[in-house]
Amino acid sequence: MSHEDFPNIEMVSNQACLLTFSQVISEATSNYIAQVTQHLVKLAGIVDLVPSYTTLLVVFDDDHYDRFAIFKTIRQTIEAIDPNDFSVKDQREVVIPVYYGKEVGPDIEDVASHCKLSIDEVIKRHQETTYRAYAIGFTPGFAFLGNTPDELHVPRKTTPRLKVPVGSVALAENQTAVYPSVTPGGWQIIGRTPVNLIDWGSKNLALIAMGDSVRFEPISRDEFLVLGGQLDGF
Amino acid sequence: MAFKVIKPGLLALVQDLGRHGHQSIGLTTGGPMDEVAFRWSNALLDNDSNSPEIEITFGMFILEAQADTSIAITGADLAATLNDKSITPWQTYAIKKGDVLAFHQPVWGLRAYLAVKGGFICEPTLGSVATVVREKIGGLTGKGDKLQKGDLLAYQACSDHEQRSVPRLAIPNYGNKEIPVILGYQYQSFSTFERANFFSCDYKVSSNSDRMGYRLEGKEVHSDLKGIISEGIAYGAIQVPKDGQPIVLLQDRQTIGGYPKMGCVTRIGGGILAQQKPGDIIQFTPITVDQAEQERHLQMARLAQWR
Repeated sequence: MSHEDFPNIEMVSNQACLLTFSQVISEATSNYIAQVTQHLVKLAGIVDLVPSYTTLLVVFDDDHYDRFAIFKTIRQTIEAIDPNDFSVKDQREVVIPVYYGKEVGPDIEDVASHCKLSIDEVIKRHQETTYRAYAIGFTPGFAFLGNTPDELHVPRKTTPRLKVPVGSVALAENQTAVYPSVTPGGWQIIGRTPVNLIDWGSKNLALIAMGDSVRFEPISRDEFLVLGGQLDGF
Repeated sequence: MAFKVIKPGLLALVQDLGRHGHQSIGLTTGGPMDEVAFRWSNALLDNDSNSPEIEITFGMFILEAQADTSIAITGADLAATLNDKSITPWQTYAIKKGDVLAFHQPVWGLRAYLAVKGGFICEPTLGSVATVVREKIGGLTGKGDKLQKGDLLAYQACSDHEQRSVPRLAIPNYGNKEIPVILGYQYQSFSTFERANFFSCDYKVSSNSDRMGYRLEGKEVHSDLKGIISEGIAYGAIQVPKDGQPIVLLQDRQTIGGYPKMGCVTRIGGGILAQQKPGDIIQFTPITVDQAEQERHLQMARLAQWR
């Protein structure tokens, strides 16, 4: 990544512009976007930021700021950033304890048979990979984590569930995620975490931020219960 | 002191200008579906522009006043009555203890705004009282509940009243069905032919429309792209899924999505769209960012001048 890869800036409405950093998903692009987001969030006139895989949507206060002035600010901010200087020390690592298994992960057998692996191998593959939070969305705190190892790629369920319990850990295509709240959902559920992904009373609100590094750690049924995990919900 | 909710109606929500700055964690903004009407209600009472108001959708909503105050009503004409006497929107009314204020059913538009002198008193969550039912945030309880029978909408009692009304010129025309669109996002992936269809055909508001988005039924439009890498969705974005039927994403929209988009409806246009009922017919009309800016600045200048 170099300054030749300066993002393309395009107005999408009279209060928002879209910065496109690349046409393909990569860790380097994701690092760059996370860093630009951290810098822009402090600037006057910026109302909201929506970082995603290859883009950053910037919403600004068009009643008090001229769009060309905002463009200039964005440009100068990005120019001051060295896209190669996103060292590992800046990256947070989030570890999520998971109770894997049929009791709270009703799709784990289907996933195992689809992937031609045993249930234990599914768990092993899932927890030995370090993931990156490429985007947050769908519902508050829902982090799209990639990429799962090739052997764990599974399609979404043909019929989505109307109610996925809080904390469900699930797979779809080459991604994995934790459901922060009860919502409908079509991902394949393999386990559950007792940890809250979203907490309106906490400073960061969401446990995982875009750009974070995320790992899963297997815990026993007892540990899950001690940590406040709930077994019902389906 | 408070207004007591006698009948909660279909959907009445506490709103302010929205919960901004949290879209990076996937939290939507909420806020008034018709921002122009919302701003005028507060302006009529000389309130802060972000003071909490009630957004009343459709009607069947009845309140009883427990103390004197002054109110403003803007937005849709929902055949409102004050002690069974008809009243019209876009002006202020004096309220006495015991008065009954009712919003019956839509005559013109769909959503009315009720402001009270000094603003409704409500504890904000993450800096805003805006109610987003789907995300269980905001409103009287802080948990995204719509107004219920028996709820108390608190305000500071006040016996001064000033009779004021919005200048006729500044009142939006909900009968104007031309919704302005700024071309953007993936509009180039829609061929000239598809774009021509989109901007020349009538679209009907689907009954599946809500605060999240307005679904439209009409001539199918198709993008050359099958899908896109999920990206941030700005207010008013017109998303076109595989069935070719456009969806305009509004205040309670999801923050990211992976369907191709034609562009964005302006906030003023989105406000007019949000006043349309299922079955109403609209058309889209392309405008430039400059035109949209001018329209917005004119609207804001009218409000500022009047205050």
